[in-house]
Amino acid sequence: MITLADISKNFGSTRAVNEISFTVREGETLILLGTSGCGKTTTLKMINRLIEPDSGTISINGQAISREKPEFLRRRIGYVMQNIGLFPHYTVAENIAVVPKLLKWNKEKTRERILELIEKLRLPNDCMNLFPHQLSGGQQQRVGLARALVADPAILLMDEPFGALDNVTRSGIQSEFKALEELKRKTIVMVTHDVQEAFELADRICLMDCGKIVQIGAPKDLLYKPASEFARKFLDSQRLALEFKVVTIKDIWEFLPVNILRGKVNALSATTDVWSAMEILSSTLNDKVQLFSDPETQQTKVINFQELSGAFHSYKQTRSHD
Amino acid sequence: MIEQQQSLWSFITEQADKLLAQTLQHLGLTFISLLLAIAIGLPLGILIARRGKLAGSVLGVAGVLQTIPSIALLGFMIPLLGIGAKPAIVALLIYALLPIIRNTYTGIVGIDRHIIEAANALGMSKTQILFRVELPLAMSVILAGIRTATVINVGVATLASFIAAGGLGEFIFGGISLNNSNMILAGAIPAALLAVILDFLLSRVQKLDFRKLRKVLYLIPLLILLLGGFYLLPATYGSKLKAGFTPEFMGRQDGDLGLKSVYGLEIPTTVISDAVMYKAAYEGELDVISGYSTDGRLKAFGLTILKDDKGIFPPYYAAPIVRQASLDKFSGLEDVLNLLAGKINDSLMTDLNYRTDYLKQTPERVAKDFLIREGLYKSPRNGHAGIVRIGSKIFGEQYILAEMYRMLIKGNTEYDVSTKTGLGGTKICFDALMNDQIDFYPEYTGTGLLVLLQPDPRVAKEIAHDRNRTYSYVKTTFQKKYQIRWLKPIGFNNTYALMMRKKQSEALNVSTITALKKYIDRN
Repeated sequence: MITLADISKNFGSTRAVNEISFTVREGETLILLGTSGCGKTTTLKMINRLIEPDSGTISINGQAISREKPEFLRRRIGYVMQNIGLFPHYTVAENIAVVPKLLKWNKEKTRERILELIEKLRLPNDCMNLFPHQLSGGQQQRVGLARALVADPAILLMDEPFGALDNVTRSGIQSEFKALEELKRKTIVMVTHDVQEAFELADRICLMDCGKIVQIGAPKDLLYKPASEFARKFLDSQRLALEFKVVTIKDIWEFLPVNILRGKVNALSATTDVWSAMEILSSTLNDKVQLFSDPETQQTKVINFQELSGAFHSYKQTRSHD
Repeated sequence: MIEQQQSLWSFITEQADKLLAQTLQHLGLTFISLLLAIAIGLPLGILIARRGKLAGSVLGVAGVLQTIPSIALLGFMIPLLGIGAKPAIVALLIYALLPIIRNTYTGIVGIDRHIIEAANALGMSKTQILFRVELPLAMSVILAGIRTATVINVGVATLASFIAAGGLGEFIFGGISLNNSNMILAGAIPAALLAVILDFLLSRVQKLDFRKLRKVLYLIPLLILLLGGFYLLPATYGSKLKAGFTPEFMGRQDGDLGLKSVYGLEIPTTVISDAVMYKAAYEGELDVISGYSTDGRLKAFGLTILKDDKGIFPPYYAAPIVRQASLDKFSGLEDVLNLLAGKINDSLMTDLNYRTDYLKQTPERVAKDFLIREGLYKSPRNGHAGIVRIGSKIFGEQYILAEMYRMLIKGNTEYDVSTKTGLGGTKICFDALMNDQIDFYPEYTGTGLLVLLQPDPRVAKEIAHDRNRTYSYVKTTFQKKYQIRWLKPIGFNNTYALMMRKKQSEALNVSTITALKKYIDRN
C-alpha cells in the first residue's frame, strides 16, 4: 500500500504538484491520467525518489520512504519508462540482470529468472546475447519490463510504458500486459495521457490537472459521476467508446429481452464488456449470441445486435437520471 | 639524393645508441605526462560533467593554458621547477590536459539522459552509474581525447631538449644549429613516425568492442606506465659540477668535442636551449655553461668567462655578409654597411646586449642611442628607390645589429628597408640568403668557416686559431663558391666561451678551462 500525504513539488516558480494525497491499494492498478504538464510524471517519480518532494510524506506499507536510502528503495520498486532506457553496451541478459547483480544474487538464480521472464514475455529464446539495438521496439519494451520485474518487486511504476510504440504493437502488448499473471499480484502506478489506455488497464484512475487531483475513482465513476466540468470535458470526445468498454453485459442484464435459443451460437460470459460483445456480433456469421449471467443463477439470454444496443441505451438513460 | 640517403643511413647507424636513447626518452616523456594528464583530466572531466556550472571555467582555463606557446611555457617552468625532466613533464601535461578534460566531459554529457535515469531508477549508486554506465558509454570519446593528447605530446616533446630533458629534439635542434640535415632528419623522422604509429595504435584501441575493451582497459594504464618507465630521470653524477651545453655546442669540434679531445674535460652534461641556459646557471641549476662571449646576460647574471688557455674556440668576428647581386643592385650599400666596421668592441657589444637582455630596452632604442653617441645617426630620408631586406638570427645581438643597419640605410640612402629578424639558426639564415629571401645578415667568421664551409678538418685546424687567416679564407671562399661578400668586420669577437658564476669561480679558484679540468679531476 502506497500513501501520499499532502505532497507538493515546485520547479523554480512553477508548482508542478500541489498538495495532493491519495492511496494506492495493495494489488491494484492506479493510473495517473492527465494532459502533459499536469504533474502526473512528477508524482510518479516521487514514489521512488527520482524526485524529492518539497513537502508532504510518501509511505509504503506505513514506512516513510524518506528514511530509506534511495538506492535500496529503488531496487525493490520496478520502473518502466517510455524511452525504455536499456543500456546499449549491455546484452539483453545483462540488461535484465542489473538489479539481481545489485542485490548480489548468484548466477544460477539470475539465469533461471531471466529465462523464466523471457518465456513469459514471449521474447525470442536466442535474444539473451543480443544487444538492444538488434531488437524491435516492442521487444525492447518487453526487455524493459523484464528488467523491472526480475527481482519480483511488489510495486511497479510505469511512466507512459507504451507511449513509444506504434498502434498495432501497442494494443498487442497492452492485452498481453493485462493477461500477464505476474502483474496481477502487483501494486501498479502508471502514468498515461491516453484515455483509452487508462480505461483499458486501470482499476482506478486518478485524473490530474495543474498539479491537483480532479477526481480519483473507478473508470465507471469517472464516466457517470464526473466530479467537475473538467472531468466531464476531458472524457467527452471519446465518451461513447469508453462507455462501451466500461459497461458489461451484467450491468445491462435487466434491459435485455429473453429469447428462445435456436441453432448454435457463440456463448459469452456476463462479465464481457459491451464493446467486445458488439465486436463478436458484427464479425460472426451468427446474428445472435448466447449470454450467461453469473454462475450462481445460471441464467442465459440469447440476443442480437439491435437488442444489445437497445439495452445499452436504456441502461444509459437510467444512469443519467441518477 | 641517393648520396643524401646513404649518408642519412650511415648517420643513423653511427648514432644508433644515441637515437635509441633519445627515442626512449621521447616515449618516456610523452607517456609519463600523458599518464599524469589522464590522472588529473579524467576526474576533472567527470567533476564538471556532474557540476555543469564549473564546466565553463575549467574548460576555459585549460583552453588558455593550451594557447601558451610551448617555448614560453617551458620558460615559465624554469624558475618554478628548474631544468630537466620535471618542468618538461609538467609542460607536456598542461598541453595534454585540455583534450582529455573536454572529451571526458563531452562523452559523459552526451549520453542519453534516459539511460542515466534508468540506471538511477534501477537503484544504482552514483559510483556504480559512473563505472558501469557513464564511463563505458563515454569511453570511445574519452579515448579520442587521449589520442589527440598523445599526438600533441609527441610533437611538443621535441621542445623538451631546450630545457635539458632530452628526447628527439636534441637531434632536431642540434641539426638546425649545425647545418646538418642528416641530424635533423634522424630526429624528425622518428618523431613523425612515433606520432603516426601511436595515433594508429590508439585508433585501433578506440574501435575495439566495448566488451573486449573492458579487459583491455586495465592494460592501458599498465602499458602507459611501462612506456613511461623508459624515461630514466637524469642519473646522479659523481662530480658536484654540472654542465649545460647547447645542442649546437655539443656537436662541434670547437665545442664539446674539442673540450674532450684537447682539454680532456669530462663533466656530466645536459643539453639545453640557449634561451634558458644563462638563467639556469644563475639559479645554480647548472655550474658550467657554453655561452657567447658578448652575451649581455653574462653581465646580468653575474657570470664570468673561463679563459680558453689552449685556444680551441676559433675567432667569431661579426661582419655583414651580402649577396653580390644585391651589392650590384643597390649601389652605395657597401659603403653604408661598412660605416659600422671596427666600431664595436667586445665590451661595448656586451653592454649593448645587456641593455636589451637585462634592462629590457628595445633593440631599436639601443641601436639608436649607440648611433647617436657615435655620431652616425641621420634621420630617415623615407626614400623609395628599392627595398633592402635585412635578416637576423634569433638572438638579441643580431636584432641590435639589424636595427643599426636599418637606420644607417634609411638615413644615408634613398632605399627602404624590410627586416626579417629571428630567422632561427645559422642554417635558416644562410638558406634565406642563398634563396634570395634576404639581401644580407650579420654572420661570424668562425661560423662561416666551421658550420657553413666545413673544410677538411686539417685545413680548419690550421687556420681556425688565427683571426686574419680565418677572415680571408671565408671571404675568398664565399665569393668563389656562393657569390656572397664578407664586408669589413664590425670589431667584436662573439666566440664560444665556457662560463661559471663569478662567485663560484672565485670560491673554487677556477678561472681557466685547464683549472676547471684539474678541479673536476681532484673531486
